[in-house]
Amino acid sequence: MALNSKIPSGPIEKKWDKHRFEMKLVNPANKRKYSVIIVGTGLAGASAAATMAELGYKVKSFCFQDTPRRAHSIAAQGGINAAKNYQNDGDSVYRLFYDTVKGGDFRAREANVYRLAQISTSIIDQCVAQGVPFAREYGGHLANRSFGGAQVSRTFYAKGQTGQQLLLGAYSALSRQIGLGKVEMYSRTEMVDVVLVDGHAKGIITRDLVTGKIEAHSADAVVLATGGYGNVFFLSTNAMGCNVTSTYRAYKKGALFGNPCYTQIHPTCIPVAGEYQSKLTLMSESLRNDGRIWVPKNKNEKRPAHEIPESDRDYYLERKYPSYGNLAPRDISSRSAKEACDDGRGVGPGGLGVYLDFSDSIKRLGEDTIADRYGNLFDMYARITNENPYKAPMRIYPAVHYTMGGLWVDYNLMSNIPGLHVIGEANFSDHGANRLGASALMQGLADGYFVLPYTIGDYYANNKTPTPSTDHPEFKKAIEEVTNRTKKLLSINGKRTVDDFHKELGHIMWDNCGMARNKEGLQKAIKRIPELREEFWKDVKVTGGADQLNPSLEKAGRVADFLEFGELMCIDALNREESCGGHFRTEYQTEEGEAKRNDDKYCYVSAWEYKGDNQKPVETKEDLQFENVKLTQRSYK
Amino acid sequence: MSVKELNLKLKVWRQKNPKDSGHFEEYDAKGISEHSSFLEMLDIVNDRLERDEKEPIAFDHDCREGICGSCSMVINGYAHGHMKGTTTCQLHMYNFKDGETVTVEPWRAKPFPVLKDLVVDRGAFDRIIQTGGFVNINTGGAPDANALPIPKKDADLAMDAAACIGCGACVASCKNASAMLFVSAKVSQLSLLPQGQVERKDRVKKMLAAMDHEGFGNCTNQYECEAGCPKNISVQFIARMNKEYYTAASTQEAHAPIAEGSF
Repeated sequence: MALNSKIPSGPIEKKWDKHRFEMKLVNPANKRKYSVIIVGTGLAGASAAATMAELGYKVKSFCFQDTPRRAHSIAAQGGINAAKNYQNDGDSVYRLFYDTVKGGDFRAREANVYRLAQISTSIIDQCVAQGVPFAREYGGHLANRSFGGAQVSRTFYAKGQTGQQLLLGAYSALSRQIGLGKVEMYSRTEMVDVVLVDGHAKGIITRDLVTGKIEAHSADAVVLATGGYGNVFFLSTNAMGCNVTSTYRAYKKGALFGNPCYTQIHPTCIPVAGEYQSKLTLMSESLRNDGRIWVPKNKNEKRPAHEIPESDRDYYLERKYPSYGNLAPRDISSRSAKEACDDGRGVGPGGLGVYLDFSDSIKRLGEDTIADRYGNLFDMYARITNENPYKAPMRIYPAVHYTMGGLWVDYNLMSNIPGLHVIGEANFSDHGANRLGASALMQGLADGYFVLPYTIGDYYANNKTPTPSTDHPEFKKAIEEVTNRTKKLLSINGKRTVDDFHKELGHIMWDNCGMARNKEGLQKAIKRIPELREEFWKDVKVTGGADQLNPSLEKAGRVADFLEFGELMCIDALNREESCGGHFRTEYQTEEGEAKRNDDKYCYVSAWEYKGDNQKPVETKEDLQFENVKLTQRSYK
Repeated sequence: MSVKELNLKLKVWRQKNPKDSGHFEEYDAKGISEHSSFLEMLDIVNDRLERDEKEPIAFDHDCREGICGSCSMVINGYAHGHMKGTTTCQLHMYNFKDGETVTVEPWRAKPFPVLKDLVVDRGAFDRIIQTGGFVNINTGGAPDANALPIPKKDADLAMDAAACIGCGACVASCKNASAMLFVSAKVSQLSLLPQGQVERKDRVKKMLAAMDHEGFGNCTNQYECEAGCPKNISVQFIARMNKEYYTAASTQEAHAPIAEGSF
């Protein structure tokens, strides 16, 4: 399959302008004739739904939560980047662009990232106008903080609840349109399949999570804003409901999956405490502004943190990366923590933890200032661990957090299936092999407020076919498939619970496709996952019925998809014989243990095509052209 | 560091659907690590129920970080349990005693009908927001974010109000099932900020009318809502909203605000 990324020609700073001029428009009076289905109500989905409704399109919005305000964007803590240069510290659109491309280890598309950096400033303006209460200085102007992978302060924040406030802003804009009757909102409704008519995405199949009713919805275009797939690992910082089903179902209908192996392991999470644990809790990266990360110099150190003198501490990030120090990017910080723990110098139960220590900052700034900056995070830490982080250093360890991979999209954010658009974390586009902190919120809102609402118009204007009715045979067929699958899941009545399978898959993925990967482990996983999948379809136990609120059934459907998707991730990871960003192959590292890219062979996006159940997917390559940024070995020293 | 394990008795509300009258059932929760969260304890109980061919207890939950506002259960008579400023998902078992009997119920309020077991329908909150919980602005054309300085004090207070997670614990805690704390948090956030001024009077009137329409009760100043709020939203915002309402109700609008900006 040939991929056309549709990157506009011309100098990078003019591309988006030029493209906006060249795209066809739908005139205001005609917009109401076009309809769109938007799945997901996080930052990308809610902002897109609100903006498209404002423009006059007919919008149907879907979320599996009980209200659109609970989408997982809400949990983002630290902040949102924008090239405002309010701090006069030398920031610019170009610098944000450069930092993001470099942070992504030169595996993102230049043109998309540049557009993202350009739009970043409008996002902040828009959110402030909505009444998002960003942190401010005493003079009344907006405050900024620093984040990993950048040497300027360009991160806007609302205490440790930036995602919440931005999402509530988008939710309020969406609510306004629902109130005006411009958006039809379907809460507690899960998308279970996408429907193609004559090769174009024209609808979805949903399950009403309260009544169990399977329904078809048709529209002139479909937008997936369904987030990432970190829960393939079972334990992650994602919400319990986050899943790969929407994007994976689209993949099975022919959409290509881009770089599925690029996953981000966040360096600062609360360590795992026991087998019963259901999820991992993130401690915002912003904490690294004032916290210092260290482990004891000696293996088997028995003394509590406060009794270990300076001379016996290894502030390993400051030592290895003096210019970025504790603000080294996420992939590098995570690997360094793993290295220290693998070396037997980890702290806490099982030696799987490092200290994040605020005692110097508290001495310098006082407890009140620290509480003002991070109070809610400190409280959360205390509640979970029953320890007081103002007195003793926090213990942290890396955890799965974000997935840079996602459905392949062109510059218009449309997948290779005409009409199927993918925005936010669900697409692969902007973060390359590693995402910088505070860039996910930026991308979600850029896609939803300022990119998709324009580019989708071009699709409508070029494809004026009538909206198919849900009586179309393709919808009937899809409903039948979904119904049969549900019946099958409920009829197996085996011995193992869904969680049991999910946990086992999670262990396989974490051990073989986690922070460090190698050929042998990946081959083992690729062998084991299909076996586990087979066991699942023979021995899973799903209680309850189809026509009712049934959380076991919901989970079973999601885990069934993870059991296929995990294999695709491992295939991609095995195929990419280099290390880059979050994808660290132990065979490919520098003498100092840093990721060693192979630009001659792998400077491309791997886009995978489904070829049938238990068939090897086929890779299509999109070569990455770097016309502005020079490829270098990333250095944060 | 040895981990303590707890053995508990649970009395849990089971209700098949909105029409079922519902009843309490008792379960043993044995060998629960004190470090697990309340929801993880329920996960363990559910896992055992499923293995015994029984339907697990349905409950809403998602982020398990105390921010999405999904979890909604009354534990031993307290919304989200007895720990102050804590959601159920952040309530850890070290706060319970070995051998204790723990009663678990859904939010109980007419505007929040029970869908199943501990799951309730909180759509009423969304409908209130849809009447006015926003600034009427379309995407695009916003002025530079720093063009309008906002005193830190006002921005901070607006943030305190905006911290509401919309879980409904305030309603569940109130004998009148009043939603005043929820509504006042949004009204206060937007009336404190310059962006919210244009529709300030209209907003409070519309949102309060919607609150009444949904069947939420009024406030009789007992402040159970604040005590039960997992985000410690202050009842001062209720006072602020009352002031907003009196001002709005007693002054005439020159013209109706423009409610929509699109075609």
